[in-house]
Amino acid sequence: MGDNFITKPSCAAFSAIALLLSCLPLGIPNAAHALDGRGTDGMLRILYWQAPSTLNPYLSGGVKDIEAASLVLEPLARLSPDGDMIPWLAREIPTLENGGVAPDLRSIRWQLKPGLTWSDGSAVTSADIAFTHRYCTAPGAGCAQADKFRDVARVETPDKLTAVLHFDEPKPFPYGPFVGPQTPLLQAAQFADCLGPRAPGCTDANFAPIGTGPFKVVEFRSGDAAVFEANAAYRVPKQPAFGQVLLKGGGDAMSAGRAVLETGEFDYAWNLQLGPEVLAAMVARGKGQIVSSFSTLVERIAFNFSVPDDATQPHPALSDIAVRRALAMALDRRTMIEIGYGAAGRVSCNIVPAPPAYASSANDGCAAQDLDGARDLLSQAGWVDTDGDGVREREGTELRFVFQTSANTVRQNFQALAKEWWRQIGVAAELRAIDASVFFSGDPSSPDTLEKFGADIEMYAGASDGPDPEAYLAGWACDAAPGTENGWQGRNVGNWCDPEYDALLGALSSTAGLAERAALSRTLNDMLVQQHVAVPLVDRGRVSAHSNSLGGIRINAWDSELWNIADWYRLPG
Amino acid sequence: MLRRRVPLFGIALLAGLAAFVLIGPLIWPVAPTQMDLLARNQGATWAHPLGTDQLGRDLMARLMVGGRVSLAVGLVAMLLAVSFGTAIGVAAGMSRRLDGPLMRLTDLFLALPLLPLLLIAAALFRAPLAVRFGPEAGLFALITIAIGGTAWMGTARILRGEVRALMQRDYIRAARTIGTRAPQMIWRHILPAIAAPLGVSAALGMASAILMESALSFLGFGFAPDMPSWGRLLYEGTPHLGAYPGRALWPGALITLAALGATSLGDALRDMADPRRA
Amino acid sequence: MRSHALRRLAMTIPTLLVISAIIFALLEFAPGDPMAQLPSTIPPDVRAEMRAALGLGQPAPVRYGMWLWQMVVVEPGIALGIVADGDTPRILSWQTRGPVMTLIAQRLPQTMIVVGSAYIIGVIAAIGLGILSARRQGSAIDRAGTGLAAMGYALPPFFTAAVLIYVFAIQLEWAPTIYDTTLHVTGWNSFAAQMRQMALPITVLSLQTTAQITRYMRAAMLDTLGQEYILAARAKGLRERTILMVHALRNSMIPVLPVIALGAPQIFAGAIITESIFGVNGVGQLLITSLSAGDLPVVQTVTVLIAVAIVLANLASDLALPWLDPRLRDA
Repeated sequence: MGDNFITKPSCAAFSAIALLLSCLPLGIPNAAHALDGRGTDGMLRILYWQAPSTLNPYLSGGVKDIEAASLVLEPLARLSPDGDMIPWLAREIPTLENGGVAPDLRSIRWQLKPGLTWSDGSAVTSADIAFTHRYCTAPGAGCAQADKFRDVARVETPDKLTAVLHFDEPKPFPYGPFVGPQTPLLQAAQFADCLGPRAPGCTDANFAPIGTGPFKVVEFRSGDAAVFEANAAYRVPKQPAFGQVLLKGGGDAMSAGRAVLETGEFDYAWNLQLGPEVLAAMVARGKGQIVSSFSTLVERIAFNFSVPDDATQPHPALSDIAVRRALAMALDRRTMIEIGYGAAGRVSCNIVPAPPAYASSANDGCAAQDLDGARDLLSQAGWVDTDGDGVREREGTELRFVFQTSANTVRQNFQALAKEWWRQIGVAAELRAIDASVFFSGDPSSPDTLEKFGADIEMYAGASDGPDPEAYLAGWACDAAPGTENGWQGRNVGNWCDPEYDALLGALSSTAGLAERAALSRTLNDMLVQQHVAVPLVDRGRVSAHSNSLGGIRINAWDSELWNIADWYRLPG
Repeated sequence: MLRRRVPLFGIALLAGLAAFVLIGPLIWPVAPTQMDLLARNQGATWAHPLGTDQLGRDLMARLMVGGRVSLAVGLVAMLLAVSFGTAIGVAAGMSRRLDGPLMRLTDLFLALPLLPLLLIAAALFRAPLAVRFGPEAGLFALITIAIGGTAWMGTARILRGEVRALMQRDYIRAARTIGTRAPQMIWRHILPAIAAPLGVSAALGMASAILMESALSFLGFGFAPDMPSWGRLLYEGTPHLGAYPGRALWPGALITLAALGATSLGDALRDMADPRRA
Repeated sequence: MRSHALRRLAMTIPTLLVISAIIFALLEFAPGDPMAQLPSTIPPDVRAEMRAALGLGQPAPVRYGMWLWQMVVVEPGIALGIVADGDTPRILSWQTRGPVMTLIAQRLPQTMIVVGSAYIIGVIAAIGLGILSARRQGSAIDRAGTGLAAMGYALPPFFTAAVLIYVFAIQLEWAPTIYDTTLHVTGWNSFAAQMRQMALPITVLSLQTTAQITRYMRAAMLDTLGQEYILAARAKGLRERTILMVHALRNSMIPVLPVIALGAPQIFAGAIITESIFGVNGVGQLLITSLSAGDLPVVQTVTVLIAVAIVLANLASDLALPWLDPRLRDA
């Protein structure tokens, strides 16, 4: 009885799978011979512990989906591991100097490389660029990348290879759409009937988009695995070296790291958020190595400039810069990284740590912990422990703070460390760990969110979206303070306000040259750091692992990790 | 001979564990939160007999405190499940009118996919309970209520059967005819008579509650990192199995021992109550 | 007898309706946000538009009615080929934007092959162990059997899995740690690979099943062996093997069969932990990832389907019992 119940459907399902797999890539060996070099290295096995759920990055903003799609779909320009723009499907990066960006900053002219084809053999034209814009901006589609296209009024296609994007207003940094893995080109022919509300229904297209990339989709099982094969029409001869890619999803970071570094079952494992000791023990087995890359994700501490629960009252202790500076000086960032991040973190003294041109060097030296200096600073500012309870006070205000963050092992470790160091300089901290789903919910009805800031000090991470930090830095403007009037949505959580900062932000929003923008960004960053509005702790990177037999990897935190998969190859031996 | 030893085995195990978590901290007064950054990730030493974690906190002290949480969850969740199950089982067994609806309810609960619903409920009430009772008490209430609220059906079914059979017995009939009130009847005659199956249910319920807590911790729906239960410690220790095996093996062994103790206590009680089998 | 069966059958539909409504209501209040896993760089207004595109604008009863209609009419219709795909709106997953039923169909093979065979192996082992222990009560084999059952029950599965992986996959390298769902058995080599990758998850899962069912089986067998008709059979000089395997086994199965039947639907959800450790992306893993991603249509559909399986298994064991137990036939 029970047996029947189980075996019958399982037989049916098994034969269905057999059918599916029997039509798998039989053509690959032939293609490899014909194209001399392409597909000669066999199968590449990649493990993403968060399984991709779709291959259409416009319907899902998830990193896992965007990176899986990057094997197939490509943008006009990618970002290099340093955060520089590299022309990809475009002939060059349009700038003011080469005339690609209009002098009034209201349009940008992209030119496609000549002779590009989709994997089905048809030509890539500027109409595909215009279509992709239309696809993401069509009402009712729920496009995840709509923000990138926000100010694009229309797209003109003067000829087959040229597309001109017109903006509603002057855009000093016009590289939002079609730069980076979030906004690749879609094939107009494939998605023509998938506009607006029809977008989610086009399952076949969403699960197997036709692209220009080195691989094309053979089979996609949402949330489980994807199989790709080399794109015979790929524009670079002899690439990619691998004939097939298996992108398996599921499990956790632990099992992913194990499968590459300890058992060698897979060639590449993505985003290994593991304790440093765990990773070190895995690497010691000698089957693979870890690679890390950094962009702008910075773990930081924010101070509340007003009394919790009353935004109108300045904070009795934290509005004194001496207190903020002393608290920052007492932290030993190196120990924190050693315990919490290992290879996935490095000391950051800046809120904007990258790209290199944007990173300020004015704050270097924050890595050295200075407990004595912190004590002196507090004493000079009048904060002394008069009643012998181990906590300093001034005019009846004691240095006792509530320190909150989201509940996770690394953050709780950081809290415990900070509490101990602050105790040594005569500051008492009460720790609070809030469930991440509440803390980061942005829910205006909850008192425990990052934005409500119902504590004196809080810790969280933030990043700039793309290499240009203007939108990110605008998060510390006076009017970005969360409050009832904006539905508690702002990012200036500490309620800090400096008119000089706002004026510089205004200057940034009308400056076009990349070098000038970088200089202004550095100044803004220095204001935040030197006034101790936010204390940068750790520049958090991405750590992945690959087997020793895999070559050509250049991990990239700005673009997809798989951005240069066409260059990957199997090392001999 | 063997049978005589078995209840002792379960009781001894549970008593040993209770002593470890309750009296242990008096003998081993190291604070579970005290960090020693110079002694991180250590194996067994005289200063730290079970080693330390990545912040140099003493594993023995953490296991003692964590055990309080785990055993308390097991005990409270079990009490909830057993009292709920007893109420329903006894009511259904005594009253023909309530029998139908109550057993339908039990069947309905048995037909629910419990683990998924437990996870949904854990996600659902986490924030409100934390606001209401504070983060620690809220989480404790959530986990015990969720586990207890989905584990009462077995008890209800078994007790209903027992009570049913009991109602046919002469002394109960006699008690009824002289007009004994229901509460008195339950207290004086029924509960003593079903004490044995009740004890079995309670012991087994405790084992499954302790295991369920560890499963919730593993799936990320359990206690927060700053309130480490054995399940949470095991979850955090498993990645270190290769390099620092003690971090996983000790909490794993304690959970297993607790569950083993409770199950063998339950089995022994059952054997004692059923002389034919003993 | 027939009226009993009909009565049970009639109860299933209201039961399932109530269960699906309970699950829908519970999910309705769940705070899970389908946009919660998106990168923080996607602004709130874009999130709001994405949410609107998921059809969250309509009131809850309408959505429940819609879901029920899709579940009862549209999906079976498409499965049977009566309704053409594309004409009617199917139940779509929020996360993948694909039909939920396709997802489930993709997951079933893994679940059936790994978790299903683990259950069968576990049940067979449990029946065997139960018989052996009961036959030689108090012997070494009985103590080993009950000890194994107790340990199997008391060990958390993720602990067992971690230890097995460490020993057999990392140190000995006998088995892989990740289950390859795209592996297709075409010959001996791939068959061996399939066996190797199934070994560890099946061990973990069947240990649990065996542990739970052995206890029942041993108790039932002990009960039966003490019955008078077994003594009578022995007195008549029947072979011990015949007594054990024919007379005692059949009667011992009466209380054990409902336990086995009720456990069977747990194949789909009870293996969540093991599935996620070994990357066996089955139905349980689909459920847990959808739950954490706030993908409510998937959670709703999968949990209700599991409830259907439980109710059907219950019904099946109810209907099968009279076949084992002649006393029930007359009732």
